[in-house]
Amino acid sequence: MNAPVLAPAAADRAEREERHEVASRGLRTTRRRRLRRRSVVTVVLAALAVVLSVTALMLGDFKLSAAEVLRTLAGQDEGAAHFIVMELRLPRLVLGVLVGTAFGLAGALFQSVLRNPLASPDVIGISQGASAGAVVALLAVGATSGLVVPLSALAGGSAVGLLLYAVAWRGGMTGHRFVLAGIGVAYVCTSIIGYLLTRSDVKEAQLALLWMTGSLGQADWSLVRTLAVAMVVLVPLVAVVARGLSLLLLGDEQAGSLGLRPEVTRAAVVALGVALACAATASAGPVAFVAFTAAPVARRLLGDGTLALVQAALVGVVLVVGADIVAQHLLPADLTVPVGVVTGAVGGPYLIWLMASGRTRTA
Amino acid sequence: MSAVLDPATPSAAPAPSGSASAGPRTTGATRGLLAVALLLVGLALVSLASLAWGARDVAPSAVWDALLAPVPGDNDHLVVRDLRVPRTLIGLVGGAALGAAGALMQGVTRNPIADPGLLGINSGASLAVIVAIAGLGVSSTSGYLWFAFAGAAVAAVVVYGAASLGWEGVTPVKLALVGAALTATCTSVITVVLLTDTRTLGEYRFWQVGSLANRPLDVLTAVLPFVLVGLVLALAAGRVLNALALGDDVARGLGQDVVRGRLLVVTAVVLLCGSAVSLVGPIAFVGLVVPHVARAIVGPDYRWIVLLSILLGPVLLLAADVVGRLVVRPSELEAGLVVAVIGAPVLIGLVRRSRAVAA
Repeated sequence: MNAPVLAPAAADRAEREERHEVASRGLRTTRRRRLRRRSVVTVVLAALAVVLSVTALMLGDFKLSAAEVLRTLAGQDEGAAHFIVMELRLPRLVLGVLVGTAFGLAGALFQSVLRNPLASPDVIGISQGASAGAVVALLAVGATSGLVVPLSALAGGSAVGLLLYAVAWRGGMTGHRFVLAGIGVAYVCTSIIGYLLTRSDVKEAQLALLWMTGSLGQADWSLVRTLAVAMVVLVPLVAVVARGLSLLLLGDEQAGSLGLRPEVTRAAVVALGVALACAATASAGPVAFVAFTAAPVARRLLGDGTLALVQAALVGVVLVVGADIVAQHLLPADLTVPVGVVTGAVGGPYLIWLMASGRTRTA
Repeated sequence: MSAVLDPATPSAAPAPSGSASAGPRTTGATRGLLAVALLLVGLALVSLASLAWGARDVAPSAVWDALLAPVPGDNDHLVVRDLRVPRTLIGLVGGAALGAAGALMQGVTRNPIADPGLLGINSGASLAVIVAIAGLGVSSTSGYLWFAFAGAAVAAVVVYGAASLGWEGVTPVKLALVGAALTATCTSVITVVLLTDTRTLGEYRFWQVGSLANRPLDVLTAVLPFVLVGLVLALAAGRVLNALALGDDVARGLGQDVVRGRLLVVTAVVLLCGSAVSLVGPIAFVGLVVPHVARAIVGPDYRWIVLLSILLGPVLLLAADVVGRLVVRPSELEAGLVVAVIGAPVLIGLVRRSRAVAA
């Protein structure tokens, strides 16, 4: 009686195991392919960042060869080349690298934790808060130089961050509340900026606009050092929350069952994003579109739906350093533009092209 | 029995069949109709305020006389007829267009933070206006009009075209990202011009803030047909948006032609937002906040959201304009500046109240 029932069951089991075997083999191949793509993308991006950095140090009124640059960096070359590289070009490059990293990470953190591809710091008010702070300092107070502008930008950005926390935190943090409140605050800041721009002298308005575009021209070692200290604190913290963040992507319940406290993780990630965006914006202005575009581009390149934090940071670096090379050296000599103009002009079409030509899922 | 169990809605009891599903729908419709009635009253009130208040206050009776029996040479009547009537009409039309466009954008991108500018429309219009000022020396609002309109249309075509290429065709995420990318590109070009050309910056900064003042009526008559067609399309699109809100696959399963529906909505957005930008400048915030208010009142049904947004838009825009005239008399603040200051607390209040799950 049992035999006829058992036999199909055994056959069934054998078949299931075989199917399982095939499936897991397929899974392994896919995983290996993904892993390979991941490392290729990462290595290529990193190499690109290095090449662009060396190029940035070579170019200028006084042209240097790659060998000279490397020798100078190694400390084997004194004199003119040393001064040009170490005092003029390197601070600007390092500032670009730090700012690119910070914006790339901040955008990636916000977009994934808030689950909205539009939710970069330049959309949810952090950049606008910082800009409003800087514009108030430039146009209303009349500050021109020194630390006043970066500090008031920092104050503006962090004030917006804190305000959003106060508003969005109600026994927990949902992305929905944070994003919408952020956009509301962003528009208020834009109104403040618009008011000051229309009520001030055109020349001064132009200066404020220059700041709001984002530029690396003000780079010196003291500024770089300050931002570097901030990054040394913040980047390891990003590494700490990264695991929790990728669990969060599974959904709150899944993440909770894996021992995570979603609200706390989310709040920590948002805080880090705010801090990164504020630090970078205070140093270089809200360099257009870097934070927005870095993560979508990185994710598109990987195509596996993972967090892509490292890759987003690398895309940010490549975008800022590359754009600064274009802005300084490749445009007509009578047209001097800040880096933020080029990041927008290059990043925008590139993202459009990726969207129009891509073959993998977007989000 | 069910009427006894549900004493809060005794009027819903006579519903003959399926009272469980008819109940909420009836209350939604009741709330919607009530809201429409209240908004019409509100619209009349802000319109009256917009006609009566400003640098010079005019008594309501004088406003009435100015409209019906104007006395030539009477300064009050002159102010009302020549300045305030055009301004109020422009606020009504611009606000309705922005409100409807915002509701459509949020529906078609399925993203609650979409605003009418998201398709790149505002930046395309701004770029065209920059070209008009810097390249061609145009310096009047009626001169900007067609440039703004053409720029808006070109931007929308580029965004929709680029988003429709590639693997999956048009998806909400792609529309949003491509729109933002085009905005960044246009903004870069605009910034280059503004940083190198002081005269253009001097003109553009005022246009860019967004205002209802000093627009001649012929600008309004020029865009009115576009707005009307856009509003009709918007009202017709409610059902499409309701289907799209369920996701493309479900919408297709319900028999909805997703591609055509989306094209219809985008066309309406271009008509509405292009007109509004030409009329009042790039005031996107009206379109962002108004659909959220509408949603809080009537729930997720886009047929009602669109209708209420059309009414709420002008209420917000005109209220902002009136407040802007009153706070720094005899000077004034542009409506585009005030809208955010009024709208942002409303938005934040709504957001705080909502128990919505993470989007």
